[in-house]
Amino acid sequence: MNSLDFSIVLQAWPYLWSGLLFSLALTAVAFVVGMVLGTCFALLQHFEVPVIAKIVRGYIALVRSIPLILVLFWFFFLVPIVLGHLSGSGRPVPIGATWTAFITFGLFEAAYYSEIIRVGLRAVNRGQFEACQALALSTFETYRSVIMPQVLRVASPIILSQTIILFQDTSLVYVLSLTDLLGAASKLAQLNGRLVEMYLVIVVVYLAISSAASQGVALLRKRYAIAGARR
Amino acid sequence: MFAVLFEPTADGQRYIDWLLSGLGWTLALAFFGWWIAFAVGIVVGIGRTVQNRAFAALARLYVEVFRNIPVLVQMFLWYFVLPEILPTTLGNAIKQIPPPWGSFFPALICLGLYTAARIAEQVRAGIEALPKGQTEAASALGLSPYLTYRHIIVPQALRLIVPSLTSEVMGIYKNTSVALTIGLMELTAQARQISEATFQTFTAFGAATLIYLALALIAYQGMALIDRAVRIPGTARTDDDIAPNLAEDIQQAGALPAGMEIAK
Repeated sequence: MNSLDFSIVLQAWPYLWSGLLFSLALTAVAFVVGMVLGTCFALLQHFEVPVIAKIVRGYIALVRSIPLILVLFWFFFLVPIVLGHLSGSGRPVPIGATWTAFITFGLFEAAYYSEIIRVGLRAVNRGQFEACQALALSTFETYRSVIMPQVLRVASPIILSQTIILFQDTSLVYVLSLTDLLGAASKLAQLNGRLVEMYLVIVVVYLAISSAASQGVALLRKRYAIAGARR
Repeated sequence: MFAVLFEPTADGQRYIDWLLSGLGWTLALAFFGWWIAFAVGIVVGIGRTVQNRAFAALARLYVEVFRNIPVLVQMFLWYFVLPEILPTTLGNAIKQIPPPWGSFFPALICLGLYTAARIAEQVRAGIEALPKGQTEAASALGLSPYLTYRHIIVPQALRLIVPSLTSEVMGIYKNTSVALTIGLMELTAQARQISEATFQTFTAFGAATLIYLALALIAYQGMALIDRAVRIPGTARTDDDIAPNLAEDIQQAGALPAGMEIAK
């Protein structure tokens, strides 16, 4: 066993830090895109919009049944072609691995968030809808001011747990040779040969961030339960 | 569209043989990984509920560590880091394991232990969902703590959590694809290799996607059969007609399926 030399980590830190920032940026973008799209998907299914609801349901079932790595490969291949068609030139538009990662994670996570919100929607008491009708609220107002706030509140711990999983899953952009936290560590490890130190350091970083976030979620679960509502 | 799969490859096989061999590795990894995960998961899950402080703390530590490190990073730990930190002779012996097995075993251990942490949390939820009277009745009958767990608690808890285990089954077969990063030629890796060899990307990924879909369906139906066979009579179904195989993931954060709520 070679002696460990963690001073190398100090030199490597700026590069690892930029990798971590990329991981966090990917998590944040995928969270926002995923939540917005996921909410739309859930509402489309909730209102049983003809045809579109079926398509959305099929998309979600498909995306959730295949591995994220395969989804990444699919998008890496498909997105340039689709963009080519949309731009009218008919020729694939190369967009690069970074954009592929952002688009894929956004669309992929939308499927997961949408399921959480869909179940949340079904958990809302029927009386809430009836009360809104009695108050003559429009459908839009009903959902904006009454239903969705409750859904998001009930579902927030699960949404955040899913986001922690999302943060961990961003490491899979390794297969697109991107420089996220893991990518930065593995590139440095190949350069300087200190792979044990590199990987152990990022283990600590991932572990610290994810555990701290899970503790936060546990606290939130206690505080944000709607008073009197039984899950 | 899939005709290209039956064309011969450079090494004298057909492309579909590549896919099938990839499927074989995927299934082997998922199947054997599952039994490791199930065995370790039950032990750790029990550990989360026992009075013994040391055992409970260890079990908690296990879950925290294995759940909060990305599975790909864990894969690298087993594959790259473990041989380096073991004594040199042993480490070198591990590095000498010939190609498919040299990737297969680290992937197997990685997926097994990673999934075990998730199963442990389900087992714990199942045990905690049981009415206290079960333990009390067992001790009134003079059963030791070991016998109580062995004959009363664990069998009931396992029957309760079958629906939530479905999502873990789906999880482990999807996570097998992570093994491609350490060079195992499983299904996704073979699909990529076919796409690179033939430029028929749509066909190659399409075929792999269909296989994964079929596996998901089989896993879901299989678990539904098991659930029907072992469900404790009188507990409600946690069936979700609209998207049956999807609802379970949502419960992973700790909420209990409806069946458990009723058992409480």
